[in-house]
Amino acid sequence: MSRENTITLAHGAGGKAMRDLIDQVFVEGFGSPELAALEDQARFDLAALAANGDRLAMTTDSYVVDPLFFPGGDIGKLAVTGTVNDLAVGGARPLYLSCGMIIEEGLPVATLERVVASMKATADDAGVRIVTGDTKVVHKGAADKLFINTAGVGVIPAGIDIQAGNARPGDVVIVNGFIGDHGAAIVDARGELALETTIETDCQPLHGLVATMLDTCPGLRCLRDATRGGLASVLNEFAAASGVGIRIEHNAIPVRDEVRGICEILGLDPLHLANEGKLVAVVPAADADTVLAAMQAHPAGRHSTAIGQVETGQPGRVVLATGFGGDRVLDMLVGEQLPRIC
Amino acid sequence: MKFVDEFRDTEKARTLQKEIHAIVGRLARGRSRPLQVMEFCGGHTHTIFRYGIEQMLPDGIEMVHGPGCPVCVLPMGRVDDCVALAERPEVIFTTFGDAMRVPGSKKSLLQAKADGADVRMVYSPLDALALARAHPEREVIFFGLGFETTMPSTALTVLQARREGIGNFSLFCNHITTVPTIKAVLDSPDMAIDGFLAPGHVSMVIGEAPFQFIARDYRKPLVITGFEPLDILQSLWMLLRQFDEGHCEVENQYRRIVPPRGNAQALAAIDEVFEIREFFEWRGLGSIDHSGVKMREAFADYDAERKFTVRNPKIADPKSCQCGEVVKGVIKPWDCKIFGNPCTPENPMGALMVSSEGACAAYFNHGYGRRSA
Repeated sequence: MSRENTITLAHGAGGKAMRDLIDQVFVEGFGSPELAALEDQARFDLAALAANGDRLAMTTDSYVVDPLFFPGGDIGKLAVTGTVNDLAVGGARPLYLSCGMIIEEGLPVATLERVVASMKATADDAGVRIVTGDTKVVHKGAADKLFINTAGVGVIPAGIDIQAGNARPGDVVIVNGFIGDHGAAIVDARGELALETTIETDCQPLHGLVATMLDTCPGLRCLRDATRGGLASVLNEFAAASGVGIRIEHNAIPVRDEVRGICEILGLDPLHLANEGKLVAVVPAADADTVLAAMQAHPAGRHSTAIGQVETGQPGRVVLATGFGGDRVLDMLVGEQLPRIC
Repeated sequence: MKFVDEFRDTEKARTLQKEIHAIVGRLARGRSRPLQVMEFCGGHTHTIFRYGIEQMLPDGIEMVHGPGCPVCVLPMGRVDDCVALAERPEVIFTTFGDAMRVPGSKKSLLQAKADGADVRMVYSPLDALALARAHPEREVIFFGLGFETTMPSTALTVLQARREGIGNFSLFCNHITTVPTIKAVLDSPDMAIDGFLAPGHVSMVIGEAPFQFIARDYRKPLVITGFEPLDILQSLWMLLRQFDEGHCEVENQYRRIVPPRGNAQALAAIDEVFEIREFFEWRGLGSIDHSGVKMREAFADYDAERKFTVRNPKIADPKSCQCGEVVKGVIKPWDCKIFGNPCTPENPMGALMVSSEGACAAYFNHGYGRRSA
């Protein structure tokens, strides 16, 4: 391909320009044999899949973050970890990803290459391959720079049964570290506040941590990554699906000072901020200490801590002990979290 | 975290809580109904719910969550005007975030944005002025909203615009005033409030003096209060001590921020740009004399109400709404006929369900759906 500097509509037209883009940016960048075969679909050996477990897990997610690059990550890293994590929290071993890109014309090719390189590095880290893809180019204004969709396939080992409805009174609620970093990093990276601090996203794959947790506690009850809607949403999903109450100690929830600061300024609640490398687990009380120790020994779980427990309580209700003496109900957000006026 | 954690100290909270219980215990012996204390400001309401402060209080004291949530009390007609301005093709309409969700008679600003209006969330009016500088071909309107707390920054932005000769910036002024509104509450016949926690950040601007008439003429004690949970408890304790010792005066708990005379520069800026309106319409409370400000004639070029046609339609609150009674402490949110059904934060019918600082939304979100909760 003549090395053009920007993506044009020609790159999505199905002809030679598109073929060149696929060859030089995607096939070369992702470096997977399935993609290099240039068939319309990736093909897998069923017996090899079945050797990993007895159920196939599949998920999809789209990534539209603005800005594309932010401290600690970028849209590409997010697109891989997000889908890997959605597989991992079901107990699945993530194996293959697809990658659909919707590109706004005018995007610098170098930007696209940077994103692809980031996806490749993250996929290698997570032990998954990007095996099939699609590219569309749309008119200026029809998309914002770059949107990515990834779907993922993984295999769930026999005997693992993780479900939001499995929590029982007495169980312990655990998180794997600081809450709200990603949401705060994005607010910060948009630069509208001109803060002096830099907050990094927590974007990281969680499948290794989950595998460690399952090794020590195969009876792990509930597991979800706390992305949009934050910790509060996941806790409410567990409480509702399990028909139990959950009681959380506010002071036990790890939140970085920088994140608390940005929330204090804007009137946001860290418990509603998005995370991209944080999971919430419910484990039987008898296993809590061993699971916690194993998590803390893993790089993705060094700051893991217990934050509360499952109670009979009022089914579906999450209660937060405020740490000041009173309690309050911790609900899901109604809409988007909007900064308060004064 | 420094300057935050000190004001959320559990030990100090417990000490204050004990004192409060002791005083209320003494006071309750001579009373047939609970003491009603109104926190006027939505920021206080937010703190009270966020930290579960109501549960720390004895039965003999009842918090009444007042009308001081500027987002909540914005009448639908004004929101309709915002939407109409925002939908003009040349306009970039800028607003604080939480005003975007307030329902108009047809749509909110959030919905107008989805329908194609250029509505942008800003953190300060200066951000809006920067947009005007960056887009000289567009008209940038800032939606000025709030009590005396936010008035100075709006006024200073207008002055800055004039200094720079920026002609494509204007203000849609919906600023409201605290004291006439408290007076309206005090003058309403069904009012039974015994004392007030007064808004700290409004007082930072206007000082202590404008509140003196409340203690002097209405014989209601008042404490100017900060926004951390210990501020609230300490102020309640100060107020209770006044009842206990038989005083009635204006006290200032929030001295670390509120100078007794307020902020002269801020007041001068307000006075230069704004003048009192004859009356302003409130959601839930109706029309209140002198409860809003408009831009002075000298700033007509920066006044969206003069630059454009603003209809200011009168749209009555739904008949079933009892926001007015809740705000005055006559009923609790859960006593309202439509609380929780059909009026919810997702589908607010009344003013107090609109923002998280509104009393009804706070009750609903924090699970006080029933008396027993």
